[in-house]
Amino acid sequence: MTTLLETRNLTAFYGDFQALFGVDITVGQGETVALIGSNGAGKSTFLRTLTGLLPAKGQDIRFEGQNIAGWAADRIHKAGIAMVPEGRRLFASLTVEENLLIGASGKRAGPWSLEKVYEIFPDLIAKKNNPGTALSGGQQQMVAIGRALMSNPTLLLCDEISLGLAPKVIKDIYEAVPLIREGGTSILVVEQDVGQAMAVADRVYCFMEGRVTLSGKPADLTKHQIAAAYFGAKNEGEAA
Amino acid sequence: MTVTDISPANTARNISYALRGIILIAVLALALAPMWASRADLRLFMEALSFLALAQMWNLLAGYTGLISVGQQAWVGLGGYFFFALAMFAGMPVLLAIPLAAIAAALVALPTAWVAFRLQGAYFAIGTWVIAEVFRLIAAQNGALGGGSGISLPVEIAKSLAESRNGREMVMYYLAFGIGIASVVLVWLLLRSKWGLALTAIRDSEPAAEAMGVVTRRVKFLIYILTAGVTALTGAFIFLQKLRITPDAAFSVNEWTAFVIFIVVIGGLGSIEGPIIGVLVFFALREIAADWGSWYLILMGAIAIAVMLINKRGIWGAVQVRWDVAAFPVRKILPERSRD
Repeated sequence: MTTLLETRNLTAFYGDFQALFGVDITVGQGETVALIGSNGAGKSTFLRTLTGLLPAKGQDIRFEGQNIAGWAADRIHKAGIAMVPEGRRLFASLTVEENLLIGASGKRAGPWSLEKVYEIFPDLIAKKNNPGTALSGGQQQMVAIGRALMSNPTLLLCDEISLGLAPKVIKDIYEAVPLIREGGTSILVVEQDVGQAMAVADRVYCFMEGRVTLSGKPADLTKHQIAAAYFGAKNEGEAA
Repeated sequence: MTVTDISPANTARNISYALRGIILIAVLALALAPMWASRADLRLFMEALSFLALAQMWNLLAGYTGLISVGQQAWVGLGGYFFFALAMFAGMPVLLAIPLAAIAAALVALPTAWVAFRLQGAYFAIGTWVIAEVFRLIAAQNGALGGGSGISLPVEIAKSLAESRNGREMVMYYLAFGIGIASVVLVWLLLRSKWGLALTAIRDSEPAAEAMGVVTRRVKFLIYILTAGVTALTGAFIFLQKLRITPDAAFSVNEWTAFVIFIVVIGGLGSIEGPIIGVLVFFALREIAADWGSWYLILMGAIAIAVMLINKRGIWGAVQVRWDVAAFPVRKILPERSRD
């Protein structure tokens, strides 16, 4: 498999506080990769560093062979990395359809269009002229995903897309993942729900305290390994 | 059987239609004003239309891209001075000198933007003010244009518009009418274009817009240049009407920025309707209370604070909380992009 994204020894800081310590992650073309880990493990920081929202100058982030570290957010977006941010962050004064259209600002060639987004999220058709923020949490999440897809990204980053949603709604949203993969888009999801992540991903990385503590294919990982990587070795017995 | 639909959505739609009707009638009345209004009324309308253009431009800049400028007087003043220079020294016809003055000011805005955009937030605001002060001092140093005491437009130039006084007033009135209406139409068209989506997204959340691929730097830069040009166009007209320009009048922060901010803030920041309402309130207030001395200014300040306490998006914001109405629908047009 060709490598799409590769970080080598990635670090991140919030002022003096170091949030990432030498993170190496690769995502292959067409692959779905999940980052799991508890709150504050560094998963979201990793995404923020990738998308240019945190300074990354001088680091090594290879995307399609180019080092994108230190690029401005809009340039990274244009290169083909789109983000579904935590908490959806829809534009409050735009309608559903306008929110989707703004996603096409730095549009690249590809299969995604308004029609295609409505195809995978038919719930949105009836709501397309409503303000984005007048929707249910699940529907807002669909708009946020659709908005990111509208730019025809090569890599879709999803930050905690199941957070605060009912299980039924989470299931609906994750049902779209195979449809998104069909278009050739690679997906990197950050997920606290380990079961959900294991079900959808080709490979998972487990984060703890700013480091990758475990990685591999879901089928190859045991519950014990995951618990140890997720909670730390000291709590291994307790978690299992 | 017919059922009367009294749903809120229907009420809002009816209000929107009524508002559009009122606006249409108002525009028609203004277009025909020289036939029914007195000379004093026409002067008031001219001033109000000029302020409408200034307010629409400040609102476009501050309300949509979040660039709070307290230095718009820089462009009013430069527009005025460039117009005087072009008309007096280059011997250009008035109707050509006004747009050229605007273009010249927009060109000056290019390097100015480069400087001002290194500053963020409050520093940007102060920076724009300082830039305007620098322009004022330069104007005061310019002997050919009267230095600190200013200069009057030669009578021949004013007369070139029309021989009779009535004729001149007519030409000037329609210039003001054109500038005022065009400023609203310009903002409306801009918001309906693919730029509109970007502008609205930046207004809602700048970091989120950036992460969606909106090149916020470019949008802000272009809006800054555009508003500088249109503000200078208005400035050129204002000083044609005044027939005299001095550095203090041309670069007055009170007149061209503080009053304009008042208009936009009470009317409603970040909407087309807001500045229109603001102009109506501002001029109504001035007509009623102008003789009250400093009580007039105190009243103005009190109203601004009261409106902001009720809704920080001004009178129009308060209306929209109640009804989902729009006098100027800005439904975006689908961006046409080739799939290469």
